[in-house]
Amino acid sequence: MFDLGSRPDASGHFGEYGGKYVSETLMAALDDLNKAWQKLRKDPEFLNEFDNDLNFYVGRPSPLYHAKRLSEKIGGAQILLKREDLNHTGAHKINNTVGQALLARYLGKDRVIAETGAGQHGVASATVAARLGMQCVVYMGEVDIHRQAINVYRMRLLGAEVRSVTSGSATLKDALNEAMRDWVSNVDSTYYIIGTVAGPHPYPQLVRDFNSVIGREARRQVQAQFGRLPDALVACVGGGSNAIGLFHPFVDDTEVPMYGVEAAGRGLESGQHAAPLTTGRVGVLHGNKSYLMDDDNGQILHTHSVSAGLDYPGVGPEHSWLKDSGRAEYVAIDDKEALDAFHLLTRTEGILPALESSHAVAYACKLAATMSADKLVLVNLSGRGDKDVHTVAELEGIQL
Amino acid sequence: MSQQYRLKSCFQVLAEQQRTALIPFITAGDPLADASVDIMHALVDAGADVIELGIPFSDPMADGPVIQLASERAIERGVSLRTVLQDVHNFRQNNQKTPVILMGYLNPLYRMGFAQFAESAAAAGVDGVLIVDSPPEESVVLESLLAAVGISMIRLVAPTTTAERMRLIAAEATGFIYYVALKGITGAGSGANSDAESGQRIKTMRELTGLPVAAGFGIKDAESAADWAQLADAVVIGSALVTRLAECESSGQACEAVKSFLAPIRIAMDNVTQ
Repeated sequence: MFDLGSRPDASGHFGEYGGKYVSETLMAALDDLNKAWQKLRKDPEFLNEFDNDLNFYVGRPSPLYHAKRLSEKIGGAQILLKREDLNHTGAHKINNTVGQALLARYLGKDRVIAETGAGQHGVASATVAARLGMQCVVYMGEVDIHRQAINVYRMRLLGAEVRSVTSGSATLKDALNEAMRDWVSNVDSTYYIIGTVAGPHPYPQLVRDFNSVIGREARRQVQAQFGRLPDALVACVGGGSNAIGLFHPFVDDTEVPMYGVEAAGRGLESGQHAAPLTTGRVGVLHGNKSYLMDDDNGQILHTHSVSAGLDYPGVGPEHSWLKDSGRAEYVAIDDKEALDAFHLLTRTEGILPALESSHAVAYACKLAATMSADKLVLVNLSGRGDKDVHTVAELEGIQL
Repeated sequence: MSQQYRLKSCFQVLAEQQRTALIPFITAGDPLADASVDIMHALVDAGADVIELGIPFSDPMADGPVIQLASERAIERGVSLRTVLQDVHNFRQNNQKTPVILMGYLNPLYRMGFAQFAESAAAAGVDGVLIVDSPPEESVVLESLLAAVGISMIRLVAPTTTAERMRLIAAEATGFIYYVALKGITGAGSGANSDAESGQRIKTMRELTGLPVAAGFGIKDAESAADWAQLADAVVIGSALVTRLAECESSGQACEAVKSFLAPIRIAMDNVTQ
């Protein structure tokens, strides 16, 4: 069952954040989607179907794994990994696309579109489209198409059309613009599967609802395996879907600190990063009000991160609310620290993390080192790193 | 002359003459950073009744490739909301009559601060503001600040807008209503055709508000402009003009392009309405 908490409010706001900052053409579609979602999120039959898909198609529950060798090596708190990397298609993204595909079917749409950065959301969208026999178009920045070639081919194998986006910085934000344009142009036939907890209401809410299975399971598992709640939660934040998925069911457990890890790229002082919560300010982008990175004229900045999935100048509005309320703390990990964590986890535990998730692992290691051995740090290992093998090899000057 | 008066008297005169307003759109700062004021005067000389001036934004979600690229070029030339307001101010030195509408996205206004923006826009001589990604539900603060200085926040109606929303949009609307003539982005299609359903929506909005209704998006030549001129009180032409201007290398060339582009459109519109 979903947490029926009061956020967002009826107009889709988390405090001052969120909302529906879109062109008039989309307002009716968003209203329809919202009406459907407010009903379905409490509909036992729909929720049952979603749970079944999570169990038998996605392969849930994902384990909560005690990374003992890593913990020993760090010499501090015990590090627990929520293994979203073991889901079908290799990341948490499938939780959301399975849910939204059911929603698309309910709304009678036979064409789905998606934007993707690292390609995980694109693959997860193409996967559910193949399964339900829907037409699927995925928008992807040209830069990301280059650095995530394997995922591009996976999407094509699944029958999706991958459209290259060359405008702006040719990364995730531009793919999102282009998907929005497609949606405006094909609003009658098309369902837009947004991949993160951003965009206009009700997307931040429904993507959170679908991903909250991560936190619900983790909360249950840590209590079953360790008899108590953890001493910290850690998750990486691009748009913020895996982090919200982990955090949301713990929001009322105020004794559990939550850390969202943004991409510090080449260093926060270099300006080449993707850390809107750490360094940015409030503005309006992609249909919602939230923290973002822009210049003094309000133009959105190009971002940089070694991980395509974190390379985004905005962030979901619920994170902005969590930041201002003090319930969650947001920190940043740079490219090098993330790569070190990638190697460390691979060598100590035999688990190859996605570069996105490596940011969370890196911060968890830093945090764990300051804590005693009886403490528990629960990290969302949001995806596996197979897709990043080429990027890592390239960075180390290795020809594959 | 107060701002709201300028829009009102413009449409009053046109109604008396039974003419449909021609509203060309240009992206400020394209094709040259410093040619926009000259181009604005050329637009008026070529028969424009109202000018829509685009504020370049890095992520224009409702715009097709033509205006996206024009925005990118303008931003590279250093064009910003501040320079756009300066353009309007300079235009007003020699034109007190033609209403100017700024069109763009919310974040640049948010960054300047809504109060500061309202004050500066009024001082520059802006008559209306059309923010694509700010529907009435999210516009309460900005709209009231603009109203206080006599600037209209132009509201959009789309082919997908429900009857219920039309009433919400109509409430407290000022200036004119902008009807989005196609389900899509700016510059799409091959000359949008008017249809009975659009005619009905335009009529409904006119009745609900008592305001003129402009049609835009996808209207690109004399034929489509004349077509919509019979339904709407104003016709907006953007991407087709921006495409023409993009090829120009000097202010003089741009002004000539404006003249040759708008003249047949003006004639075609007047032929069907008068």
